[in-house]
Amino acid sequence: MRINTFFYSVKQGFKNIARNKMFSLASMATMAACIFMFGIFYIIITNFNAEVQKIEEGVSVTVFFDKGLPESDILSIGEEIGKRVEVSRIEYVSAEDAWNDYKEIYFEGKEELAAGFAGDNPLANSANYQIYLNDVSMQSSLVTYLESLPGVREVKQSELVANTLSDFNKLVGYISGGIILILLCVAVFLISNTVTVGISVRKEEIAIMKLIGAADYLVRAPFVVEGVLIGLMGAAIPLVLLYFLYQRIIVYIADKFNFIGSMLEFIPAHTVFRTLIPVGIFLGVGIGFLGSRLTIRKHLKV
Amino acid sequence: MIKLEHVSKSYSAGIPALNDVSLEIEDGEFVFIVGDSGSGKSTMIKLLLKELDPTDGEITIGGKNLGRIKRKQIPKFRRGIGVVFQDFRLLKDRNVYENVAFAQKVIGEPNSHIRKKVPIMLSMVGLAAKYRSYPKELSGGEQQRVAIARALINEPSILLADEPTGNLDNNNAWEIMKLLEEINAKGTTVIVVTHNLEIVKVMKKRVITVKKGTIVSDSKQGGYDDED
Repeated sequence: MRINTFFYSVKQGFKNIARNKMFSLASMATMAACIFMFGIFYIIITNFNAEVQKIEEGVSVTVFFDKGLPESDILSIGEEIGKRVEVSRIEYVSAEDAWNDYKEIYFEGKEELAAGFAGDNPLANSANYQIYLNDVSMQSSLVTYLESLPGVREVKQSELVANTLSDFNKLVGYISGGIILILLCVAVFLISNTVTVGISVRKEEIAIMKLIGAADYLVRAPFVVEGVLIGLMGAAIPLVLLYFLYQRIIVYIADKFNFIGSMLEFIPAHTVFRTLIPVGIFLGVGIGFLGSRLTIRKHLKV
Repeated sequence: MIKLEHVSKSYSAGIPALNDVSLEIEDGEFVFIVGDSGSGKSTMIKLLLKELDPTDGEITIGGKNLGRIKRKQIPKFRRGIGVVFQDFRLLKDRNVYENVAFAQKVIGEPNSHIRKKVPIMLSMVGLAAKYRSYPKELSGGEQQRVAIARALINEPSILLADEPTGNLDNNNAWEIMKLLEEINAKGTTVIVVTHNLEIVKVMKKRVITVKKGTIVSDSKQGGYDDED
């Protein structure tokens, strides 16, 4: 494409929008609504995931070992466990540490009673590993592995927490994905309608272009430009709006609802929008391109 | 040279719009194609522009077999043929200059070239002074001149005129025909589809008469059998 035909196509794309103001505005508004909803879901999910991540980090699996298993064996098992992909961090609690922790909690103020156990640790077989996971959904596979290890007596896990978090995470993902998909389909449909109207308005011009010998791409390009511009503007407006809204809302919540602020820690706007802006723009432009291409294929036989 | 060899064209209904038509038109010829409505004249124009493909037979223009031209090559092929219509087909939202320049823009000519060429073409059709006028401000004859300028600006070797005087009064019709004759005199092959028997008889050019999809006469010197 020559540079002047490129500019011609871009100019005609803008003109198409100006000619079909109402349809273009309707498409842009729908696109903006879609990207706005997408942005809201994205922000909610990102913040929710961050919270879940924090909770997940606290979920651990505890491994106890067979009676009389030498500490050197326990430590070498620990090394093997630490290499697993599911494991984010592993903490060793020796029998000594376990007894000391127990004493602190249950013999507070009655240290003389605890002294009765001197030299005879009642938790001699309680050496264990606290294993923290990278992802809670990996817990069951890790537990199966741990149970298969020789020398392991018992594996304690918080299955309910892990499953609930994992399932809830998936549910939120599916629902938001479904809603976004529906909205995006609506956007494609509306852009397609706008381009169809554009094609019918410019029917005569297209016919002349074809007879004069305009290349196919030159007949099609203005409509693709139109779709892409609608997508771009339809994405840019809600993203800017969301950026400022999010900044204000997190400050407002932190100020007015201290209890929420203490429970939740919002992700900073620049972190969220570092991903959301390119994804939103890509979606808008992509949908605009797709909507116009589909329509051109259907209605514009050149 | 334009060559049609045993060309037939049937639409979906099955009735042939053209039936076994063969003809040759030499470079630089001026040819009238006459016939009643529905006789197949417009189908012939569409076949020459490769808007339609024949059901049977072959069409060759300038040595190129139209049946072998790939879809991608059609625009380039059409640049060698100028077309003028009865209803002018001007873009109403653009002025005279822009309408003529449009034909150059869509084939990607640089603006500097367009700025030089459009005024020359408008002078040739006698509309240099009206370059800023919009189609609605022009007479039918003037609008047809703009259409001719647009058809010729890409320097086609063939000019197809489908009822170019159909919407014009007698004076304007003659002016347009004179213009077409001048264009022909410069070497462009001109093919005019028309109903205007007076023009056909007076101009004494080759006349091909089409009836029910077949050529019933091909007279070299303006002969036209209008008994029907």
